[in-house]
Amino acid sequence: MPTFKTSFKKTALALATSVTASLAFASAQAAEVEVLHWWTSGGEARAANVLKELMEAEGYGWEDFAVAGGGGETAMTVLKSRAMSGNPPSAAQIKGPEIQEWGELGLLGELDEVAAAEGWDELLPGTVAEVMRHDGQYVAVPVNVHRVNWLWANPEVLEAAGVEMPTTLDELFAAGEAIREAGFIPLAHGGQAWQDATVFESVLLATGGTAFYQQALVDLDPEALGGEQMVEALTTFKRLRELMDDDMSGRDWNIATSMVIEGSAGMQLMGDWAKGEFTAAGLTAGEDYLCAAAPGTQDAFTFNIDSLAMFRVEGEEREAQHALARLVLEPTFQEAFNLAKGSIPARPDLDMSEFDSCARQSLDDFQRTAEEGGLVPSMAHGMAVRADVQGAIFDVVTNYFNSRDMAAEEAARRMVNAAQAAL
Amino acid sequence: MSLTSPAAQPAAASGSRRSHAGLLQAWLPKLVLAPSVAISLLFVYGFMLWTFILSLTNSRMLPSYEFVGFGQYARLMANDRWWVASTNLVLFGGLFVAICLVLGLLLAILLDQRIRQEGALRTVYLYPMALSFIVTGVVWKWLLNPGLGVQAMVRGWGFENFRFDWITDPDMAVYTLVIAAVWQASGFVMALFLAGLRGIDDSIVKAAQLDGASLPRIYWRVVIPCLRPVVFSAVMILSHIAIKSFDLVVALTGGGPGYASDLPATFMYAHAFTRAQIGLGSASAMLMLGGVLAILIPYLYSELRNRRHG
Repeated sequence: MPTFKTSFKKTALALATSVTASLAFASAQAAEVEVLHWWTSGGEARAANVLKELMEAEGYGWEDFAVAGGGGETAMTVLKSRAMSGNPPSAAQIKGPEIQEWGELGLLGELDEVAAAEGWDELLPGTVAEVMRHDGQYVAVPVNVHRVNWLWANPEVLEAAGVEMPTTLDELFAAGEAIREAGFIPLAHGGQAWQDATVFESVLLATGGTAFYQQALVDLDPEALGGEQMVEALTTFKRLRELMDDDMSGRDWNIATSMVIEGSAGMQLMGDWAKGEFTAAGLTAGEDYLCAAAPGTQDAFTFNIDSLAMFRVEGEEREAQHALARLVLEPTFQEAFNLAKGSIPARPDLDMSEFDSCARQSLDDFQRTAEEGGLVPSMAHGMAVRADVQGAIFDVVTNYFNSRDMAAEEAARRMVNAAQAAL
Repeated sequence: MSLTSPAAQPAAASGSRRSHAGLLQAWLPKLVLAPSVAISLLFVYGFMLWTFILSLTNSRMLPSYEFVGFGQYARLMANDRWWVASTNLVLFGGLFVAICLVLGLLLAILLDQRIRQEGALRTVYLYPMALSFIVTGVVWKWLLNPGLGVQAMVRGWGFENFRFDWITDPDMAVYTLVIAAVWQASGFVMALFLAGLRGIDDSIVKAAQLDGASLPRIYWRVVIPCLRPVVFSAVMILSHIAIKSFDLVVALTGGGPGYASDLPATFMYAHAFTRAQIGLGSASAMLMLGGVLAILIPYLYSELRNRRHG
């Protein structure tokens, strides 16, 4: 028995020391920032590495906490468990209304000092700054701006069908018919809830306009959600199904994009991350592929902003965290990151000569719509409403879109219920 | 080791040492089991209790302890998607278990006819079980895709009007889950039944033959009743595979089209982890547990009682 006892003691001792050691280790790394993110695809990872190098050049440590997969779902689960155990990272990729939720839990630290020194109030467009603040204080820093309401097209397919890039929904349907007759799939799409919702919000924006979009999908006004305009948006949305192929169930968005690249499909309604696929295929914007605002939404811009929210930390780590916040908005990182990601910089004052024509158009539209009031948060990408409401709306949209017999009025009624039930 | 075989110790050992050894021997199994018992108590039953507590709170993104009674259950009952998921589970679970049992038994009986190359055939049927449900799901997703898989192939043969597009049809999508799951698990059920068949005493069958019973009658009246314990184990294993099915749905249909092929497990995951509704997710988890118990307890009870009396 002595051998068993001693070995048990040894194991216990070893466990105990390793636990204390890891605790001591954690507290000894004060001048480091730990950043949880899901920028894990090739280009994104390289771009995140730029930030790491910038931090290291200033003498701060960077502990990478990348959690791949599922549009951040996995990362969020990890983040929640870290936060619950009282050990959150210094910064995490959190966006939209979720920043407010984390803020309400009292877990985020303010960045007003950095914001004042760097003049964020002047630098950032009002709508963007609004998302980054909780209780009037900056708690997050924007990394990039994605535009969701884009239409992508293959010029060869359009030419073969003898159509131009559609600018209204009527033109879209007409062009779709022509493309089908020419033997191509008019609209590439993947049958996943978020993709359905992405297309839906662009259609709603086209049929109802920005004021209605704001009322229905941001303010969740029951009258707007259940009204005539919603029925019209839903009916038009359902008509788009005729332009899609039968095999779309469960297809990933990048497969749909590759159908446009290969020329088996003519167009796709998708956010500007699709550009990453076109670029990776060696295509040039404006020549090998076309981009335009989703038909009927030229004066609107549905934004999807990635941001890093800062958790409440103390001492030297706080200093490092502030340095991180400053560096994220610096031109070097903004340019490197957004060139890789297909998005546009969160600060509009950068030199855009390195960017392609789609990104330049995106930036022009961003500034124009910010002034004219056409800048709206994307519901499908978690910028407009909280995750539970978003999920409930997704359910209605995807169920209606895939159902053979559900009437638009019924879907509108369920939309009202969804918004209320989730509140 | 000296601990496990005190009898092997030299007879000259002192009395006190022997009684120590005896004490140790009496306590050792309990000691060795204690950590795993404690761990299961905490991580299985403790967390079950915690889930129940959370289902009574208004927890959203992180657990909170503001109790709202059975409010989350009421919301769940009013949730359309939950009902779709529950109905799907009944359909999927019932068909999956029934088809697997019938097919598994049939295959086992056919394989039990002392045929040549039985070992090779058995492996062929058993292999799908070695795959993860993710692999099964992805493979069947391609096979069932109307543009790539079976439909495209048959149309390629010249049957232009052939349709097999269940995976894109909201009413039929749940049956694609049954197809894939049956393909995966029926070989395993076959192996269980085969082992059961081999365990049946030949003399019973011979006695029945002497009595002039026909072959189908022997199987129906003698062999299959003898397999009852195997059916019991198979139902246990299959029903828990059915209830916890998650990866198959994620890989095969993604719950789609829409949420037409959602199961309670995917519903629970979506709400608890991605939609920041931990309260609602916990309530659905508790109902799943309730459903499992409602089926299993009567079944366990009747089976175990029968066995004691029989």
